[in-house]
Amino acid sequence: MNDTKILDSIKKIVTPYTQRKEGLDNFNEDTDFIKDLEVNSANLVDVILDVEDEFNIEIDNESMSGMLTVGNAKNIIEQKLGKT
Amino acid sequence: MNKRVVITGMGVVAPNAVGLSNFEEALRMGKSGIRFQEELQRLKFSCQIAGKPEVSEKKIAEYFTALQLRGLNSSGLIYGVMAGTDAWKDAGLKIEESETPQWDSGIIFGTGILGVDKFREAIHLIEQGKTRRLGSTSVMQTMASGISAYLGGILGCGNQVTTNSSACTTGTEALLMGADRIVAGKAKRMLIGSCSDHGPYIWGGFDAMRILPAKYNKNPTIASRPMSATACGFVPASGAGALVLEEYEAAKERGAKIYAEVLGGAVNSGGQRGGGSMTAANSEAVIRCIKEAIECSGISKEEIEVINGHLTATTKDALEIENWKIALKRKDFPYINSLKGMTGHCLAASGSIECVASVLQLDKNFIFGNVNSEDLNPQISNLISEDKVPRKTIEKSVKIIAKSSFGFGDVNAVVIFKKL
Repeated sequence: MNDTKILDSIKKIVTPYTQRKEGLDNFNEDTDFIKDLEVNSANLVDVILDVEDEFNIEIDNESMSGMLTVGNAKNIIEQKLGKT
Repeated sequence: MNKRVVITGMGVVAPNAVGLSNFEEALRMGKSGIRFQEELQRLKFSCQIAGKPEVSEKKIAEYFTALQLRGLNSSGLIYGVMAGTDAWKDAGLKIEESETPQWDSGIIFGTGILGVDKFREAIHLIEQGKTRRLGSTSVMQTMASGISAYLGGILGCGNQVTTNSSACTTGTEALLMGADRIVAGKAKRMLIGSCSDHGPYIWGGFDAMRILPAKYNKNPTIASRPMSATACGFVPASGAGALVLEEYEAAKERGAKIYAEVLGGAVNSGGQRGGGSMTAANSEAVIRCIKEAIECSGISKEEIEVINGHLTATTKDALEIENWKIALKRKDFPYINSLKGMTGHCLAASGSIECVASVLQLDKNFIFGNVNSEDLNPQISNLISEDKVPRKTIEKSVKIIAKSSFGFGDVNAVVIFKKL
């Protein structure tokens, strides 16, 4: 799976949780889930669960705490996909 | 001079009707909301009938954001949000969209237990070692105060936002708590109400206590028989009712429609003494509660024209009427009716749904007829004249109505409403 495809999937997943819709216009690896998209911090766990379902992977708590930006998420997904 | 409290908005999600105008029509017609429940049959319940409001997914989506709808599986919360939001809009109030909450507006919205279906989901995941799969929605949909929290967020209320719980008196108690807060000058406006989940996990415990009717599974609409000689237990139900209480001057100032005034009321407990128990009422406490409600309303007992009773359709209905008779000590007994013949017993939601029914009778000039009470219990006809138990709706202007609710734990609530 290439980078663009992963980014598109993340964007699709995070869209319903995004309170600042403008943040989606300029969606890139530097996009911060909380600062740019204003995802409620409680909803971050839901984003993770949706990512797990989408890519059929499991994201442990340690990896989760590092998932602040879209780029972080992409790297973790790629890493987990590489392992399986 | 004490502040006066008036009702300026109402909302209702009942087994026999959703929305105020549908509910009024259902009351006038004596429409039943009790239906056979296949799920209860599959689970081998003795009582396989219940009252469940009919709400479509499309209707629910009008009240929640797309995000809130994800994983939403808390029926009481859904009913409560619908009724509460409707009441707020019916009062002509706006939903706060700015970042500043409405400091003078609060919420007391009760429930018995919230989100049991959501809780069941969580239990299954936890048992499978998948606790992390619960996501973020489990807590807010199952905490008792989830209902006041959701409404508080939707409406932007900045005064007290809380949930009360006192079994089947919950809704009526919430109303009196909200009124107290306005009288004390601590809020100008309180959205009050109560809700109850539906389903086997709510109703199962009552089925196990064998206090639900088991012989009407094929005839659900005649199963709930308040005051009847053939009453044989209450039909379990669910739903929500909500009322906007407002300080009289504030309501007048903004030109709000005023449905009725909350003259006063009382809550107490029989202490599970003197005949009272976890499940039965101490009659002395009930009588005191009625007397106290009348006294603090500043009316004479002769002025009560209609009683909307608790009257669940058990053998205790006669005792409830006897308690009213002793408390009122009048030559002629007021008219008395029970909503439960149509809806069944909406448990924690019953008080608020029945308060809405009571106020609608004042506002729309009618006394709804009792359903399934044609064979009046002789213990009741020995106490009061049969024509005080209308079996058909009476078109009549009524000024003062008393509403009572009683609950497990030997708790009582009585409120007096007056048309202005």
